[in-house]
Amino acid sequence: MHQLIREIEQKYIPQDIPEFRPGDTVRLHLKVKEGEKERTQIFEGLVIRVKGSGLGKTFTVRKVSYGVGMERIFPIACPSIQKIEVVKRGVVRRAKLYYVRNLKGKAAKIRELKEWEIKKRAAESKAATENKNNGQS
Amino acid sequence: MPKGIIGKKIGMTRVFVNGKAVPVTVIQAGPCYVVGVRTEEKDGYEAVQLGFGEKKEKNTPKPMLSIFKKIGIKPVKIIREFKLKEGETLEPGQEVKVEQVFEKGDLVDVTGKSKGRGFTSVMKRWDFAGFPKSHGHRYHRAVGSIGCRTEPGRVWKTKRMAGHYGNETITVLGLEVVDIIPEKNVILVKGSVPGSVNSVLTLRSSVIADRRKGKLKLQKSKAMYV
Repeated sequence: MHQLIREIEQKYIPQDIPEFRPGDTVRLHLKVKEGEKERTQIFEGLVIRVKGSGLGKTFTVRKVSYGVGMERIFPIACPSIQKIEVVKRGVVRRAKLYYVRNLKGKAAKIRELKEWEIKKRAAESKAATENKNNGQS
Repeated sequence: MPKGIIGKKIGMTRVFVNGKAVPVTVIQAGPCYVVGVRTEEKDGYEAVQLGFGEKKEKNTPKPMLSIFKKIGIKPVKIIREFKLKEGETLEPGQEVKVEQVFEKGDLVDVTGKSKGRGFTSVMKRWDFAGFPKSHGHRYHRAVGSIGCRTEPGRVWKTKRMAGHYGNETITVLGLEVVDIIPEKNVILVKGSVPGSVNSVLTLRSSVIADRRKGKLKLQKSKAMYV
C-alpha cells in the first residue's frame, strides 16, 4: 500500500484504543440504536483474531452466552464502539485462536499473564513501536 | 480559480464519516501551475491551461521550455485546459491548489484512462452470459449466433463482438468529495475512478450538479461531509 494512504488513514484511526492481542479479554461499550433511543450495550469476550493493518484492521471477539458461542467482528475504527477496556491479558502461543471454538468449560480457559509478564510485554511492544518510528524517520 | 484540477491516482481505502464506512479513492491533486490563459478577445473563449507533474529539462522540447522559462515555473509533464469560475481571472505562473478549487461535499467528474485489457471476448467485454459449462456442452465462452440468414444477409453494424477492450478515456460523473487534506494536496473522492494506480486523472466540477437529481445528491453529500 502507498505510504500516503497509510498517513491519511492515521487521521481516521481513534488514538485512544488500548493495545490488545489475541488471548486477551476485552470489554466493549457499544452504541445500540433502538428506534429513536440510543443506549450502551456491553460485549465482553476473548479476542481470538486480529487481522489487517491500518484502517482495515479488524478483530474478532468470542463470548459464550447461555451455552451458545457468539463471535462478532469489529473494525478497529468502528464508530459504534465507544470504549474498549482490556479486562484480562492471557498467555497464548498462537495468533489465531480458532481452536478455542472446539473447547468447553475448563479446557477453554486461557492462563492469565502474571504481573511481571504484563510489564515485560508492555516494554517489548513499546520498544517495537519505537523501532518502527525510528525506521520511518 | 479554475473549475477543475489535474491529479494522480494513489489508491483506494475506506474512511469512517458520521458513523458510516465510506469507500474512497485517494487522489493527489495538484499543486498545478497556470501555463497559459485563453481570453475572449484573443481566442474567443475564457479558459486557463494548468500544468501538473515534473519533467526533466533535457526531455522538454525547446519551444515549450521557453514558455516555462518566461512564466518562471519548472517544466510540467501534463497540460490540460479548464474553464474558469465566474468572474475570476488567473495570471500565468500562478499556483493552483486543490483546496482552492473544491470543497467538501462537492460533486466532481473524474476523467481517466481505463486499464487496458487487450483483445477480449464478449463475456468480459459486453457481459454476455456465455453457455453452460457442462451437461454435454462443448461450446462455453464463445459469441454464439451473430445474425440471421438471407434476410438481412449481413451482420448488423455495432453488433457486440470480441475486440480490443479498455485503454480508453472514461469519465465517471458526480462523485462526492469526502475530504480534502491541503497539507498533502490530497482529495478523497467517494467510489472508484478509471485507470490504474499512478495514472493521471482530470477532476472537474460536475455537470450533473445543475440537474434535478444532481441537486438532490449535492444536498445530501453536503449534509454528510461538511
